[in-house]
Amino acid sequence: MINIKIEGISYQVEEGLTILEAARSCGYEIPSLCAFNHGECNQGSCRVCLVEVVGARGLVASCVYPVHEGMEILISTPKATQARRRSVELLLSNHNKNCQQCDKNGKCELLHVATITGARDDAFKGEHSPTHLDYLAPGLVRDTSKCILCGRCIARCKNAQGLGILGFENRGFNTFVSPAEDRSFADSPCIQCGQCVNVCPTGALMEHSEIAKVDQAFKEGKHVIVQAAPAVRAALGEEFDYPIGTPVTGKMIAALRRLGFERVYDVNFGADLTIMEEGSELLQRLQNGGTLPMITSCSPGWVNYAEYQYGDLLDHLSSCKSPHQMQGAIIKSYWAKQNGYDPKDVFVVSVMPCVAKKFEKQRDQLKVDENYDVDAVITTRELAKMIKRSGIRFDRLPDEDWDQDIMGDYSGAGVIFGVTGGVMEAALRTVYYKLTGQEYGRIAFDEVRGHDAGIREATIDINGLEVKVAIASGMKSAKPLLDDIRNNKSPYHFIEIMGCPGGCINGGGQPYVKPCFLPNEDDNILDTYKEKRAKALYSEDERQIVRQSHNNPQIIELYDKYLKEPNSHLAHKLLHTTYASREGFNEIK
Amino acid sequence: MAKLNVQAVQKIKDICERYKDEKTPLMMILHDIQHEYGYIPLEVQEIVSQETGITVAEIYGVVTFYSFFSLKPKGKYVIGCCLGTACYVKGAQQVIDKFQEILHIAPGETSEDGLFTLDALRCIGACGIAPAVSINGTVYPKMEVSQVPKIIEQYRKDAEVA
Repeated sequence: MINIKIEGISYQVEEGLTILEAARSCGYEIPSLCAFNHGECNQGSCRVCLVEVVGARGLVASCVYPVHEGMEILISTPKATQARRRSVELLLSNHNKNCQQCDKNGKCELLHVATITGARDDAFKGEHSPTHLDYLAPGLVRDTSKCILCGRCIARCKNAQGLGILGFENRGFNTFVSPAEDRSFADSPCIQCGQCVNVCPTGALMEHSEIAKVDQAFKEGKHVIVQAAPAVRAALGEEFDYPIGTPVTGKMIAALRRLGFERVYDVNFGADLTIMEEGSELLQRLQNGGTLPMITSCSPGWVNYAEYQYGDLLDHLSSCKSPHQMQGAIIKSYWAKQNGYDPKDVFVVSVMPCVAKKFEKQRDQLKVDENYDVDAVITTRELAKMIKRSGIRFDRLPDEDWDQDIMGDYSGAGVIFGVTGGVMEAALRTVYYKLTGQEYGRIAFDEVRGHDAGIREATIDINGLEVKVAIASGMKSAKPLLDDIRNNKSPYHFIEIMGCPGGCINGGGQPYVKPCFLPNEDDNILDTYKEKRAKALYSEDERQIVRQSHNNPQIIELYDKYLKEPNSHLAHKLLHTTYASREGFNEIK
Repeated sequence: MAKLNVQAVQKIKDICERYKDEKTPLMMILHDIQHEYGYIPLEVQEIVSQETGITVAEIYGVVTFYSFFSLKPKGKYVIGCCLGTACYVKGAQQVIDKFQEILHIAPGETSEDGLFTLDALRCIGACGIAPAVSINGTVYPKMEVSQVPKIIEQYRKDAEVA
């Protein structure tokens, strides 16, 4: 501990902290903008967090300046407050200030510091640097007229995915952030996971909104069906000021119904279906000498990564479609037939914690008889927007239940798909049963649970057959597993890979976790939010009576009446897909 | 992406190999490639990325930051017009305008015949002889607009002979 003074008052703080962190521990929140999450991004570029340090030359950027013994820090002097205001005004002078049109409005950190520093938007007038727009990629959009060049997105892409798609281009006034060559995300090896969107302080990086598409489908009088992924219920509440980790399943269903969707389904049914197919596929591979290890294919960010970086390993991917695509295919075939609808009149909307799903749903490989399985994907954030604009008071909604016809039941195994290790655990529950004829005693496979970025592994003894499994989330963590497979050194039978660190609960379409907008959460919320959201899902699993996919009665019925058995001819047509190696920097015509 | 031939790929890998023990090898690698080929296109940056583990975006950022590096092939003769403060007040803008007018290219571009590239430079440290123009390392002191056509003509003749 060292002794410092802030505004003349003595404090003891830990050594090695920056002024910003030390001040926070003493109860001061210095306005700051570019700094993020324990120095994950620390370019010190925005100059918003300037403070006076007695004896220092000029003002210092508190986000990068370390505290030392005897340091005297002054935050509220006229010099410091004016300098912080001036820094924000300079940022605003080169900013596209159409705030009311901006999807980040309400969660914009630039607007936040502008408000608290009292910045005037016309303090500096002059030329704006050229704008670069990218609306080509289905998942993400980029608008540099709102970029403040903080570098958070660049750091996150490197830290989470090991990719570094984004970088600074050019210099001086003409600097902008972009994939190399000012390419679109669509023409670079970007996996469209959206982690960059989650950290962008402004509206420069956003999901590619599809709310208008959904509106259009309603307008055309289509049968608009909605299905929501497990991770959405664990985070949607945050958009309505519930504490992080509050499950809001019942209210979400009520809201979806009030938005006019003809049916409200849970993607967990699709998750159970995935387990039936994927479990059978794994057994076949184990018993018939198929390609091992088999790797899960639920995460479209991961599938994109595999196609770009590991085109030689695509045989290892399960041929199963992801749960919402499977469910979409069933809705447009079996369900449509049962209801006497032409599949062309059915419009399937998926609510996802993910922006890569927006890319996935338009893959040519995910069509059955010329119909896309899913027509629109909206994120958790977009759903919140739809609820808010409809005047629905979320907190006043009753708890309602999913529509029960055909696809209403789901097991606890389906719920935990939303967290890293969940697909593995769900699959093991069913594979164990298939091989032994008995349920696994404990139900919860604690070995595969966790939130760390690293690799988790376990060996499950099934009737003397030792099944070795591994789990990774985030491509940076997954890379060593993949390199081992490439070099024939992988000891595993089954690997779960999720595109985002922590799995879907931390997806690129989830509500923003920005401490400045979360005054009631803990100071270390950026370290704990993934665990809190995961807990919401694990608790729902525990509450389910049926906790294994193969025991879901409607799944059993679907196979009895329609699909016959996992991996049947019909199941293959509807529920399985193919992959293709892709070139990262393709030739642009 | 246009594919490079095997020799070119090997050559770039060799250049990367030269600096494998350096802590920050990127500038040296790019310098050598620029010297060897006269430009550093994206497909070359991809190879450097594979060899060094530095991301393509970061390499591209460095290439576009320094005006010394070029993304496009340069002409046989690279005309560098200094537009630093001293040269500018001595009429460098009129000089570069004249080059543009005759060659029909903007600064940073290369003429269609591949002979000339026109670069606008910041101070090249020759303020005493402002306005200064440097062509392939030869410095032309105290340039006047009227000299420009003659100089271009001379280089065209040289190119024909060669």
